[in-house]
Amino acid sequence: MTSEFAVELRDVVKQFITPEGNQLNAVDHVTMQIKNGEFFSMLGSSGCGKTTSLRMIAGFEWTTEGEVYIEGKPMGHTPPFQRKVNTVFQSYALFQHMSVYQNIAFGLEMEGVKEEEIKKRVGRALEMVQLTGMERRKPKQLSGGQQQRVAVARALVKTPDVLLLDEPLGALDLKLRKEMQLELKALQQQLGITFVYVTHDQEEALTMSDRIAVMSQGKVQQMGTPVEIYERPANKFVADFIGESNFLEGKIKSLEKDDARVFIPALNMEIRGLPISEGLVKGEEVVVSIRPEKIRITDKNAKAENLFHAVVKNTVYIGADTHIYVSAQGVNLKVLEQNHISRLDPNSFYHVGQDVGLMLMPENTLVLKKDA
Amino acid sequence: MLKRLRENKSIQGTLLALPTTAWLFVLLIIPLVLTLIISFGRRSPDGNVIYTFTLDNYIRLFGYSTNCDNGQASCFDPLYVQILWRSLTLAFNTTLIVITMAYPLAYFIARAHPKKRNTYLFMVLIPLWTNFVIRVYAWMMLLRKEGAINIILGTVAGWLHINFAPLELLYTPGAVLVGMVYEFLPFMILPIYTSLEKIDTSLYEAAADLGANSIKTLLRVTLPLSMPGVVAGTILVFIPVMGTFIVSDILGGRQVILIGNLIQRQFLDARDPAFGSSASLILMIMTLIVTYFYTRKFGFGEEIIAA
Amino acid sequence: MNPYKRAPFVIIATTLVYIFLYAPIVGLILYSFNASRANVTFEGFITERSDKVVMDGSMVVSSPCGAFHWYCDLAKNNDVLEAAGNTMTIAITATIIATIIGTMSAIALQRYDFKIKPFSQLSLYIPIVIPEIVMGIGALTLFSQLFSWVNSTFALTGDARLSLGMATVAISHIAFMVPFVTLVVQARLQGFDKSYEEAAMDLGANEWITFRRVTFPMILPGVLSGALLAFTLSLDDFVITFFTNGPGSTTLPIYVYGLLRRIITPQVNALSTVWILVVFSAVVLLQILQSRESKQHS
Repeated sequence: MTSEFAVELRDVVKQFITPEGNQLNAVDHVTMQIKNGEFFSMLGSSGCGKTTSLRMIAGFEWTTEGEVYIEGKPMGHTPPFQRKVNTVFQSYALFQHMSVYQNIAFGLEMEGVKEEEIKKRVGRALEMVQLTGMERRKPKQLSGGQQQRVAVARALVKTPDVLLLDEPLGALDLKLRKEMQLELKALQQQLGITFVYVTHDQEEALTMSDRIAVMSQGKVQQMGTPVEIYERPANKFVADFIGESNFLEGKIKSLEKDDARVFIPALNMEIRGLPISEGLVKGEEVVVSIRPEKIRITDKNAKAENLFHAVVKNTVYIGADTHIYVSAQGVNLKVLEQNHISRLDPNSFYHVGQDVGLMLMPENTLVLKKDA
Repeated sequence: MLKRLRENKSIQGTLLALPTTAWLFVLLIIPLVLTLIISFGRRSPDGNVIYTFTLDNYIRLFGYSTNCDNGQASCFDPLYVQILWRSLTLAFNTTLIVITMAYPLAYFIARAHPKKRNTYLFMVLIPLWTNFVIRVYAWMMLLRKEGAINIILGTVAGWLHINFAPLELLYTPGAVLVGMVYEFLPFMILPIYTSLEKIDTSLYEAAADLGANSIKTLLRVTLPLSMPGVVAGTILVFIPVMGTFIVSDILGGRQVILIGNLIQRQFLDARDPAFGSSASLILMIMTLIVTYFYTRKFGFGEEIIAA
Repeated sequence: MNPYKRAPFVIIATTLVYIFLYAPIVGLILYSFNASRANVTFEGFITERSDKVVMDGSMVVSSPCGAFHWYCDLAKNNDVLEAAGNTMTIAITATIIATIIGTMSAIALQRYDFKIKPFSQLSLYIPIVIPEIVMGIGALTLFSQLFSWVNSTFALTGDARLSLGMATVAISHIAFMVPFVTLVVQARLQGFDKSYEEAAMDLGANEWITFRRVTFPMILPGVLSGALLAFTLSLDDFVITFFTNGPGSTTLPIYVYGLLRRIITPQVNALSTVWILVVFSAVVLLQILQSRESKQHS
């Protein structure tokens, strides 16, 4: 290993010309460092630049500005077949005119590996993805899940430094997806290869990744571990995109390192929370974000810090939890409570029209910049 | 150098397309320009072209004649205008007849069981694969005085005890029309079939469900949706009929002269390439005008390629 | 409700059209066994076999080949054999060239952006919208003007003089075949997912190997059907050949046309029948191969 980082993007820009003739930065000054042996995900909705970033690492696209480094080496215009990375495609891109064996052997043939060696390695790869015995089938004769495994085996048999996966589970049904998520993660841990994984499914990213880059409009919004991203979203976009959040708009009244006081005009009160976003200043218009499961419902007459009154508008029973929709002086909030106790009456805890008190714990109350 | 070529997609594309484009340029576009230039030229006594600029050929084509019966210096000779008009009406009639014959057949195939469709289609293609000239010859055999049609008619007349003299079917405008229809019928069937086959059967069911009877379904659903096929077929039939000269040559004898025959004779018998070129350009312009207005009205069907 | 039910009118009309399509061909084949030499009326089959042909008036009473007398006659006709050879030579050469350059331009038009692309694409439609005779006399004019200029400029004499022949026919055939090949292959490429090529490159194949091992095998059915179309167009062509052929490059259609204008014997029918049989069996064979391939893929 020549570098600490398996893949590095330094200030990368990818510009496309839209059919209307406008310039569009699909990837806009992105910098990211992916460590060796890491399971790294790029997460975002379609058009956020995640797939374009992956394609620039693979070599299918060239950067407009900036540089991609693989194992510390600048890639420039190095064609895909000279990069030590391999890709699992969203559509799998299995060669329809070749058998499973021929598909997996293709990459080794290109390296000029001897035939007996190819046989051995293809056999091992098939074993790894539990498809032994399927060598002679054509891709069309396989199920979606099996095709996916062949695609993984075909890329991994080349023992790349980095495996790039572009929404590899997108075409599978939910149950198979969950199975494959665990399998892929196990495979990555077993092989110790760096995985760069592109997905739009936040749950998938949270389940599998060591680190995640949340992307939007060509920019990285936040990079961090799943816990960091969920518990300390860098801005409103991330808080909204990952999981659910309640937002209250306000203005910073006072600001210290771990303590911010924000005046919320809608509630006509001050809320104490944790300053999260970088570069917050006193007097700034901000949002206060709190996850539904972190709001506590208390007695309407309780008196405490960060507590205000609300009326229950609706409750929805979801099995494991109940969602309680409340309104505090016209501000709608969602609260989530686990159903600890087995009861048949959904209104047994709260009923519509009930007056309650809502309490926000300051350590759960995040003060974020309004826009990215 | 190689690296630059590898990275420059524009040069790669140009190089890949170049042989075809150059070929088409040299063999289609340059000849058209040459034809245009020559059409303004004059015939030399030995049958070559004198390059000059004169509109004589066009004026002659549209009826101006210096070779008059009554001793006048010039008069109107409708010969060539008649030929143009005859070609145009023949192409028009052929197209109409071909559409009426092709449509039911295409519909039949399109609504046949999917497994049988290919066989039916194949049966349409077999006659097409026999040679163009052979197909004309086959009609010559049928239409002759002693041909099968007259034999059948004679036999039927015999049964009915009617006096029957064999009909002169060959070397008539009708024979040319039949020959044209036969030659180009498959070119109409294929595109119409392609567009009919694309229609989802649930559309027929929806139309029936909404209370349309079969005539209304045909007029309101099937016909409009199959228009691209009819348009493509018309282009594939009308244009070649306008320019064909073998059918009229063999089945029409010297009786039915079309613009194709005129052009052919100017080049090979009369040795007047300049006049032939002007006739050829007029033919091209006529077909382009018809196709232009026709496709502008109905759109250029992609079925052309499918056929 | 039976979804495949069609109105009686449709079925009757269809039957009549099929009869219309086949009656001339059946008649043609029937007459190839005609005993009448003048081929005017059908005088019955030549049935008897004897060592020598007996002509009784205009009738062939017996022949060593029996009913296939005219086919034997045909096999002895050197002009026909030469014309058949010319036709095949031209069709095969032109098909190979047209398929190669047509496939190249299809790939260029579908995959690349370049300056002359709109012009390249548009020029493909010329042979579709322009009558064949216009192309034919255009090619004739081009060749005759070019050749007379070359011949006089370089003072060529005798055999060195450029003249119309097999080459001019083949070159002109390619011109009208190429657009069809290009359009067919282009249609095939339209449904072709680019990620197959990216996958090959990703696995270490350079551009050329990617094309040879992945792209080409996958578009091969399109290339083959384009080639088949081009081949049949060349075999069938009369008009372009008529204007661009020269001494020694007579093709079968030209030969048959020549016969029709002079004398008609059942030999022409025999020739037509052989033609139909050859083309028919070639196409059936191809269909069988294709359906076998598609079964393998499904």
